Amino acid sequence: MNNKLSITLIAAALALTGCGEQKPPAKTEAPASSQTAAPPPAPEALEVKIGHVGPLTGGIAHLGKDNENGARLAVDEANAAGIKLDGKNVKFTLIAEDDQADPKVGTTVAQKLVDAKVNGVVGHLNSGVTIPASAVYNQAGIPMISGSATNPKLTEQGFKNVFRVVGRDDQQGPAIASYLAAEKKPKVVAVIDDATAYGEGIANEVEKTLKGAKIKVLPREKGTDKTTDWKAVLTKLRGRKPDAVFYGGMDATGGPLLKQGRELGIKAVFAFGDGACTDKMKELAGEAAEGLLCSQAGIPPQAASKNFLDAYKKKFNTDPILYSPFTYDATNLLIEAMKKANSSDPATYLPELQKISFTGATGPIEFDDKGDRKDAEITIFTMQGGKIEPLAVVKGGRTTPYEEFLKTMGGGK
Amino acid sequence: MKQYFNAKGKPWLVWIGFALVGVVLAVLPFALAQVGTSWVRITNYAILYVLLALGLNIVVGFAGLLDLGYIAFYAVGAYTYALLASPHLNIHLPFWVILPIGAGIAALFGALLGAPTLKLRGDYLAIVTLGFGEIVRIFLNNLSQPVNLTNGPQGIARIDPFQLNGFSFGTYEKFIGLEFSGPIKYYYLLLVVALAIILVNVRLQNSRIGRAWEAIREDEIAARSMGINTRNLKLLAFAMGASFGGVAGGMFSAIQGFISPESFVLVESIMVVSMVVLGGMGNIAGVVLGALLLSFVPEILRWTVEPAQRALFGRMLVDPEVIRMLLFGLALVLIMLFRPAGLLPSAVRRRELAERAP
Amino acid sequence: MDTFLQQVINGLTAGSVYAVVALGYTMVYGIIQLINFAHGEVVMIGAMVAFTVINALAPAGLPPLAVVLIGTACAVPVCMLVGYSMERLAYRPLRGAPRLAPLITAIGVSIILQHLALMIWSRNVLAFPQIIASRTYFIAGAAITTVQIAILAICVGLMGGLALLVYRTRLGTAMRATAQNPQVAGLMGIDVNRVIAATFVIGAALGAVAGVLFGTYYGLAQYTMGSVLGLKAFSAAVLGGIGNIPGAMLGGVLLGLVEALGAGYIGDFTDLCQYGWLSGAIDACEGGGQFILAGSNYQDVFAFIVLILVLVFRPSGLLGERVGERA
Repeated sequence: MNNKLSITLIAAALALTGCGEQKPPAKTEAPASSQTAAPPPAPEALEVKIGHVGPLTGGIAHLGKDNENGARLAVDEANAAGIKLDGKNVKFTLIAEDDQADPKVGTTVAQKLVDAKVNGVVGHLNSGVTIPASAVYNQAGIPMISGSATNPKLTEQGFKNVFRVVGRDDQQGPAIASYLAAEKKPKVVAVIDDATAYGEGIANEVEKTLKGAKIKVLPREKGTDKTTDWKAVLTKLRGRKPDAVFYGGMDATGGPLLKQGRELGIKAVFAFGDGACTDKMKELAGEAAEGLLCSQAGIPPQAASKNFLDAYKKKFNTDPILYSPFTYDATNLLIEAMKKANSSDPATYLPELQKISFTGATGPIEFDDKGDRKDAEITIFTMQGGKIEPLAVVKGGRTTPYEEFLKTMGGGK
Repeated sequence: MKQYFNAKGKPWLVWIGFALVGVVLAVLPFALAQVGTSWVRITNYAILYVLLALGLNIVVGFAGLLDLGYIAFYAVGAYTYALLASPHLNIHLPFWVILPIGAGIAALFGALLGAPTLKLRGDYLAIVTLGFGEIVRIFLNNLSQPVNLTNGPQGIARIDPFQLNGFSFGTYEKFIGLEFSGPIKYYYLLLVVALAIILVNVRLQNSRIGRAWEAIREDEIAARSMGINTRNLKLLAFAMGASFGGVAGGMFSAIQGFISPESFVLVESIMVVSMVVLGGMGNIAGVVLGALLLSFVPEILRWTVEPAQRALFGRMLVDPEVIRMLLFGLALVLIMLFRPAGLLPSAVRRRELAERAP
Repeated sequence: MDTFLQQVINGLTAGSVYAVVALGYTMVYGIIQLINFAHGEVVMIGAMVAFTVINALAPAGLPPLAVVLIGTACAVPVCMLVGYSMERLAYRPLRGAPRLAPLITAIGVSIILQHLALMIWSRNVLAFPQIIASRTYFIAGAAITTVQIAILAICVGLMGGLALLVYRTRLGTAMRATAQNPQVAGLMGIDVNRVIAATFVIGAALGAVAGVLFGTYYGLAQYTMGSVLGLKAFSAAVLGGIGNIPGAMLGGVLLGLVEALGAGYIGDFTDLCQYGWLSGAIDACEGGGQFILAGSNYQDVFAFIVLILVLVFRPSGLLGERVGERA
């Protein structure tokens, strides 16, 4: 046993040194190896790689795939359009990676894209993954646009290459809160969250806005993202008689919360953020779901420009789920900036991206100094007949009823 | 290490062996960087797990106390570093000050957990430690109110990388013609720390303390009657194991640059336990092997399972992550059933088994 | 007052579900001193199977009660099978091994069951079809639904049935004998292996019912639901005195009450502003503000704190006679 082990170990050591010895030649060929990754451009073709990252496995894989589809559609359209940079024909390729919605995997995958020398990145999906990954892109100087990370912190890091085309939590929170305040005129509001970065973040913004509107907010109650029994918390709230309840969290916990609230006889209006702004609420809460209010960052997918909707449906034979119009726009923004700079070199086209003005599937896009979208839209929904229906669109503090908003979008892109 | 090389009377063979391993470890990151810097990062995370597994091995392997909340100490170390080296509290201490502090605080937590639970039997202890791990995470998640200490679920961002006299571990540099990216620098640092911890472990194992732990593990009552102060020694095991976790946590914090309570969930604790159990409780080489194996498994699966499924069925049927967890579960069960001492059993256990089966 | 009464009702309902799950832990522990970590997953599988059946039968137009009963009738044998195979394949070979070995195996089994369930029923939260028209009654301002009443009744029935089984039947006598001393029980002609297997199977059947109750009460099931529920139920078993059947029932109900009342009132008690001498020192208190040290966000900590306190100060639990002499 001892002998066998020693032999294997030595063999393994030798095998490893074998690899090690090959290293010096490989080392001197460093440029060569990068060439294998990006084959030398044929005289008239330039390959531009765009990375897309989102969770392709795990609980929200369907959203990750949706995001990827949006980016893929943009890339395919750009290839069909035959774009030229610096006199050369450009072939865009999309490198899609899976970050499993895990921050550790996120940085590894980000490094993988940097290794592959991508020219720009669209992603990631979750804020918790996007923030650490953005540091990797920042170090490599690669522009990154997220179509779905809503945590304000992402763009507060001072990274010049980090952008997002979706509204921040501190835009969405105030939107739903001010809609609630204006339309339902509550005197006392209870705010609950699920103690996750997302839920607490949006609940904090709602609370801030309500307090600003001189509405009394009860001390925060919390559950977790796995809580199924909300009765203790709700019973306590019932004693304080709130006129409205806001919950920052996902539908899996928001549904039971709403159901149990009605069971306990709470008559208040229930409002939610985008995590619980789905048709699933009807399944989980039953009749209790009717009339709830909720918000989504950005415009509803069905309100994206018609061109995008048709093209998406045609290509993937399904409807966009949530953020694909945003990743579609993010990808187009990268391409547009490259066109303007007439280069795919990140350092060269980054300044163009910062000052871009572009009309995409989700409306006109411009970035502010931090890389956030100026005047991002937030949509308010209600549950009607078991379906989430848009009520109004809030933009720059102004509320437009949905019907009117659709008319303005009709002339989009 | 010696027992693995049959080098009786040939000390030079041992030295050559060490030299070979040393060369391999030294050039490894550059070889990996040829494939992709991402592999250096993966290796770095693997070394972090090696540190964790070695720390847990002191508690589980040496002293025989099953700890299912070990990740709490990792969290304590990570948060200590993050709080003392980030704009969150606006404190920026150098890493060589914080790491010992983090190790100390983690050790304190270890003793804090150990003290009331010393009387408990093995399986009760396991459950209490599990509860402890969850409590620490819940507190980290909620200590943003009424006074914002940990920033709650939002996590702490922009954590400083390690810096020494203007030399930052986070940045890219060219040095005597070699390209040192951030991950490569961290690789060497992690390697040094890992080797130091391995050395401490080896020395510990064969020391008075190590033997006393072994005695406690085998038969606590007998150990006490032999004059071993079981209480102090068990506390020491908890504190030492925890301090290693604290160091690993601090390094994780710096490498990652952003931490939140999400990174310190129960599954992580179980993962580290699996590494120790799979490799061989109480055997340092085994534990290192277990940690490396289990940390590379996800990457291997990513490269094999996905393409294989796509080729066979045209789409993904089972996530690699699910397969990974199933493999973990199976490994735990099968190892316990068929090879309870692990892949590389410790010498003592092997001796015991040999005695039983003549 | 209505708030307090409501919290008691909430606590009792949740607590009786804990109690039924805790019975599974305590029976197995009582007989072979194994913490069957995977018991929570058995409960989950019970809920999942019931979900599948109820979901399939819901549109068939059968009376709702019959549908739920059929669902339960399908979940129980599946869980019994899972419980039996678990014992046969993973735990029996390890009988007599060091204590840590079966515990680690149990963790492994739990991971396997969870991820198999994930593969079968997906990751999503499954919404139980809400076919039972739940009616709400108000007693002194506190709401109680028909489902809650049914849960309380079923749990009491199950506990009574189990007590009868353990104290009034031959199998029960054999179980108690095996728990006291397996060797001697074997000498007395008891098939110890069969008795242990029977214990697992009965525990699993109770778990299946608990899973169905949980699913219909909260209206959902998910592959992860077993781990949290299992941990809490285990805490309940420890609180009552693990290995002790009445103890598990008492522990479950008590834990349910502690959680409900804790989450309901901890925020009020830790609001430092109500303590006059402190409120002056804290800025946040000015103008009727609040400075709450710990609110409902610590709800999940209670179970663990109870667990640790009991284990440290009274390892035999509230009703346990056999003090931890088995060091």
